Amino acid sequence: MSKYEINTSRRKFLSAVTTVIGGVGAGFAVVPFVGSWLPSAQAKALGAPIDIDLAQIEVGQKVTVAWRGKPIIVVHRNEDTVSKLSSLDQKLRDPKSAESNQPLYTTNGFRSIKPEFLVLEGICTHLGCVPTYKPEAGEVDASWVGGFFCPCHGSKYDLAGRVFKGVPAPLNLPIPPHRYVGDQIIRIGEDSSIV
Amino acid sequence: MFKKIGCALLFWINERFPLLNMWREHASEYYAPKNFNFWYFFGSLALFILVIQIVTGIWLGMSFNTSSEGAFSSVEYIMRDVRFGWLIRYIHSTGASFFFIVVYLHMFRALLYGSYRKPRELLWLVGMLIYLILMTEAFLGYLLPWGNMSFWGAQVITSLFGAIPFIGDPLVEWIRGDYSVSGVTLNRFYSLHVSAVPLIFVGLVVVHILSLHHVGSNNPDGIEIKDNKDKNGIPVDGIPFHPYYTVKDQFGLVIFLIAFCSVVFFAPEFGGYFMEHPNFVPADPMMTPEHIAPVWYMTPYYAILRAIPNKLMGIGAMGGAIAIIFLLPWLDQSPVKSIRYKSSIFKVALALFVVSFCTLGYLGMRPPTDERTLLAQVCAVIYFGFFLLMPVYSKLGKTKPLPKRLR
Repeated sequence: MSKYEINTSRRKFLSAVTTVIGGVGAGFAVVPFVGSWLPSAQAKALGAPIDIDLAQIEVGQKVTVAWRGKPIIVVHRNEDTVSKLSSLDQKLRDPKSAESNQPLYTTNGFRSIKPEFLVLEGICTHLGCVPTYKPEAGEVDASWVGGFFCPCHGSKYDLAGRVFKGVPAPLNLPIPPHRYVGDQIIRIGEDSSIV
Repeated sequence: MFKKIGCALLFWINERFPLLNMWREHASEYYAPKNFNFWYFFGSLALFILVIQIVTGIWLGMSFNTSSEGAFSSVEYIMRDVRFGWLIRYIHSTGASFFFIVVYLHMFRALLYGSYRKPRELLWLVGMLIYLILMTEAFLGYLLPWGNMSFWGAQVITSLFGAIPFIGDPLVEWIRGDYSVSGVTLNRFYSLHVSAVPLIFVGLVVVHILSLHHVGSNNPDGIEIKDNKDKNGIPVDGIPFHPYYTVKDQFGLVIFLIAFCSVVFFAPEFGGYFMEHPNFVPADPMMTPEHIAPVWYMTPYYAILRAIPNKLMGIGAMGGAIAIIFLLPWLDQSPVKSIRYKSSIFKVALALFVVSFCTLGYLGMRPPTDERTLLAQVCAVIYFGFFLLMPVYSKLGKTKPLPKRLR
């Protein structure tokens, strides 16, 4: 056997090992580039929870605040509105909010922690438009009982953000995580411990 | 004397770089079929538009502000204060729409004459990648003016990724770099729009042209000119690309420029189709435009997305509608390439496909109603049927006999 003969199996082994180690190294090198796309510390800070003073909201009034670039809708409902919600169940696509996105502590008939204060993300579940608040009966059409109406593709929601049947939107309006930090102050972006 | 110096310089370069070889291989001795018609203008026109998009883009970048606070007003600044800024921007925005017009016609030419068939399968795949990159580039660029349609278009399209099970929501945040589309998104879209994507774009165009010149151009008869060579090995039905087709393409370019300049100077918004009206209002995350629609060149796929009642299935259908075009070289089983010799069944199928594609494009621009959604569903079925049934119907019917030489 000559001193200079080619050892193919050793060559193959070395090539394979080099490829694997090089590949792993390249994989690690990708991490900072992929990770860099995640929300920065600044974006996270700007997405921190916000407080809303409910005492400022009159009965029947709607307030929109921005949280994480999304419109958060808070409505002060009167008792009459809340008590009538269950009568709409037949006309709704998901009356029990079984399919829709909301924290567990708002998965109830009136979709809120305290019945009178409704908190919603104002993002239509169809294609992400902002639905407008139309509280008066007959405001949109003759059968309108009050709720949210999306001007883009005509999706209709009731005053608990539950979607009506026969409109393009598939689900009820989502509810952001929120909790009461005082009797009249609500914090958007933190989960409530009440279930 | 100048000629002598020029020749000496050329000789000097050519000893160190294969300049003359390249010229011969890709121009003066690249033999293209002699029967190219009107449909063969669009390849060189697409290349021309790529160049004007790059040049006008570089100039726009000089005055554009990439922050969410400054982007919209910097576009106003370009339009009103920068000398010829309005012209450069209108060329860029009109160029985007014309790029798609030309590319769609270029692709339709391939459909007509079977230019995707063996041995040009890879040429077709690379072309489809260019089409994907073109759509990406257009989508990224559309966010930059930071108008309300820019914003909501990006919001809707990025939110589509949220429908992917398990990884959807984190993926959307990763793409946006924020909890919703914001200045962070604008900055990264700008970076991608002006560097990464154009680099890939140009690279793919080079690969596309090299692979074309390797296999040789198809032609309206769909027969190979390389099957019929003279004693010097030159195809008898081939003519050198330069000067024959360089001159022909210049004629096409003049016609193109008449149409292009008419739009740039007299109808740059093109009635809201090239520049959508809600985009003249700054981005407002709290208020959507009345009706969100992509620009016309994306609307066929958008119509398919909306036609499916299930969100995830809709996104799958939209992706599938683009992906399935890649498979064309293997779906077409007809014994002939060109529409001139194909069976009438194939002609009917192609006609139905064109009608359904255009109808979907129209429907994607309009707000949906029940009737329109139904029509979109019918068109989507025809769209997919054209591709999925092709292995069957392309074999059926009587094809015409192929000529021995180009006619």
